Amino acid sequence: MSEEVTFRVFRGVPDSVGDPFGKMVDYTVEMDEGMVVLDVIHRIQAEHAPDLSCRWNCKAGKCGSCSAEVNGKPRLMCMTRMEDILEETPEDVPILVKPMQAFPLVKDLVTDVSWAYETDRSIVPINGPEEMDWEFKQEEADRLQEFRSCIECMLCVNTCHVLREHQKFDEFAGPRFFVRLASLEMHPLDMESRIPEIKDDFGIGYCNITKCCTEVCPAGINITDNAIIPLKERVVTEYYDPLAMLARKVGIK
Amino acid sequence: MTEITTHEHDVVIIGAGGAGLRAAIEASSTGASVAMISKSMLGKAHTVMAEGGAAAALANKDPRDSWEVHFRDTMKGGKYLGDWRMARIHAQQAPDRIRELEQWGAVFDRTPQGLTSQRNFGGHTYPRLAHIGDATGLELIRTLQQKGVHMGMDVFMEFTVRRLFKTDGRISGCFAYDRNDGSLHVFKAKSVVLATGGITRCWEVCSGSWEYTGEGHALAYWAGAEMGDMEFVQFHPTGMIWPPSVKGILVTEGVRGEGGMLRNSEGDRFMFNYVPEMYADEFADTEKEALEWVDEVVSGKLATRRRPPELLTRDVVAKAINSERDAGRASEHGGAYLDISWRDEEEVRKKLPGMYHQFKELAAVDITKQPMEVGPTAHYVMGGVKVDPETQESTIPGLFAAGEAATGLHGANRLGGNSLSDLIVFGKIAGEQAASSASKIEIFAEIDQAELIEVVDETMAPLQREGGENPAKVVEDLRRMMQDKVGIIRTKSLLEEALNDLEELESRSTETFGGSGTTYNPGWHQALEIGAMIDVSRMCALAALRREESRGGHTRDDFPTPDHSRWGKINSVIVKGEDGDMVIDYVSYPPIPEDLKSLLDEDDLN
Repeated sequence: MSEEVTFRVFRGVPDSVGDPFGKMVDYTVEMDEGMVVLDVIHRIQAEHAPDLSCRWNCKAGKCGSCSAEVNGKPRLMCMTRMEDILEETPEDVPILVKPMQAFPLVKDLVTDVSWAYETDRSIVPINGPEEMDWEFKQEEADRLQEFRSCIECMLCVNTCHVLREHQKFDEFAGPRFFVRLASLEMHPLDMESRIPEIKDDFGIGYCNITKCCTEVCPAGINITDNAIIPLKERVVTEYYDPLAMLARKVGIK
Repeated sequence: MTEITTHEHDVVIIGAGGAGLRAAIEASSTGASVAMISKSMLGKAHTVMAEGGAAAALANKDPRDSWEVHFRDTMKGGKYLGDWRMARIHAQQAPDRIRELEQWGAVFDRTPQGLTSQRNFGGHTYPRLAHIGDATGLELIRTLQQKGVHMGMDVFMEFTVRRLFKTDGRISGCFAYDRNDGSLHVFKAKSVVLATGGITRCWEVCSGSWEYTGEGHALAYWAGAEMGDMEFVQFHPTGMIWPPSVKGILVTEGVRGEGGMLRNSEGDRFMFNYVPEMYADEFADTEKEALEWVDEVVSGKLATRRRPPELLTRDVVAKAINSERDAGRASEHGGAYLDISWRDEEEVRKKLPGMYHQFKELAAVDITKQPMEVGPTAHYVMGGVKVDPETQESTIPGLFAAGEAATGLHGANRLGGNSLSDLIVFGKIAGEQAASSASKIEIFAEIDQAELIEVVDETMAPLQREGGENPAKVVEDLRRMMQDKVGIIRTKSLLEEALNDLEELESRSTETFGGSGTTYNPGWHQALEIGAMIDVSRMCALAALRREESRGGHTRDDFPTPDHSRWGKINSVIVKGEDGDMVIDYVSYPPIPEDLKSLLDEDDLN
């Protein structure tokens, strides 16, 4: 019944300047019905390479730990069925598994995502009424809940060319954090404005809405249309609307 | 000796799930210096997998709810083996902990009036679970994470703690290593909070992540703390069972809360045949009545009919699915059918988006059109570190525990939804008390150097065992053994075999080799985890062997009924004896005061 599958997996560590240094190694294991990519990685660890590095936690698409590039596409290994992978891979060609390329390598499939935690910390938290039992409608919650379904897998960040190709990690917050910022800016009871930071520190202008982030989001968040574009609009209204600019000039807020 | 970095913090919190984060927020808010150490990255802990909701008597959906009813439901669901003092604190404080989360940014589903909505769950008399679709754990951990990172605590991600240190009888710190680079660390602390979650990775079919290897339970036991109720393990009735690679992944009880029906291979809605005597008055006895209840609830009315028997407590439903299978009426792959497809497609997708995707993507099943196949999965341990109900301090001064790592609240069986509320209620108390206890200590105690050298040697040992067995094999055999011999249905002979098998597994575990590298080496990490898995498995098997009755999450085939007069009044306590052997004894909680007793069902109190 069972058939074999060959994975070609990146094994390596950073070199002295931090670039990935290593090689692609082939592993062949047997497959069972219904397996996902992460199951195959686990079988490789159990049978061939216990020291093959890979992050994972929930194995159910809820924690966003097992992000990797499978056959060149950023995906969660736990939610990628082997059935689908075999269908897209030509026969007798090994399946390629590599770490996320936008982040610095730690080892094998594990990358250093500490940038994400630093960026998260730089966002001004929610600031709402002190009284408990906040009231707002489900229709208002719906918009936020889409953003809050983010599992912080960083596949969007890994895909975004501003970060992946141009490495603008110091000037650009990236799709994940625009989703986070949108969830705060659109909260009906939040009283802060983060628009100046969104324009300057978080560099939203760099995004040229190619929607690559939206395409790879495993939570199905409409990142570009529902988070980034509305935030861009708010920046425009605040800074480039001629009437608002005039008003600011004459001191009307 | 190998290089070791030393850190000093007033409070060290081990674990960064709901309980750890809540404790860290509270301890930091007192001005204490706080370190939070976590095996995974921040925001990835097991709490993220919780689905259905957090139980709190907010009474937003049904004004008849109150802390008194929540208290009663928790005690009854725990088959009266829970600590009534913790059950009271929990029921009274949970509502404010939920409201506070909302102020920290959590966006729960709303009632038509715009307040936090609540859903029905097993064993809860009224709709009580604050939720966001079926991803409540994600909302809870993200909210606490985003609050926590602004509190000034130091977070040590992907660190594993291997030993707790005591100096003159009081906790004085811990030893950990960094999973990323293998560096070694000593954390000196004036108090320590264990918020390390559970142990269910010791079973082959479980809903837990790799983290659930029971290190917190083992650390406390090794340090000499009392461990309680270790025989009580919750098998959640509805885990996925097909295809094999997803076996055990949780299917939220929210499916049944939203009207999901359980059927056997003959199409019978079998739960009607499994209503225990103690719940007979509270559950519908016809399909018609059960449907009327769902209609009322879905349309937002107060329920006047009795609830469907699918909403019985988890211990009861899990055993029922097991019995149907033993009687030859299992679903195609050995479980039961859970059907929500009779409800409106849009509603199912709105209320259970995670389940919709999980089944569609992992099993190619559309739950809005087809039934799911489900079966029991090891989900939660009711047992853990014995704590003072008011302070969460263990029997070791300065060592606190909260959440799944602690015992007391849930007795012999936990109600769904009482875990997330447990985390935030007792996480807060543990953080507050740990900080207060630390404030009374002036200087950091010295760590025993001999003990430090010993644990460093133990930690580095697997790297040198070239040619040894792959640790994954030992873990696989351990999990299969626990599944077969310390599972849902237990017997004296199987439990005795389990204890013997653990001896053999233990000797194999000391010979494993997972590779010699120290940079992010999962083989090394796993070789180090097995010791904890073996000792927590041993605690479960020993406590299960001794308890000669069936109650909640502990079922003995050779003692199939509860024995209220003896076992119903005592809780097991395990400690490490003088000679290193595991010693078991029994204690009782203080008698329940009359005013609280009057809230309970008189008929149950025999």
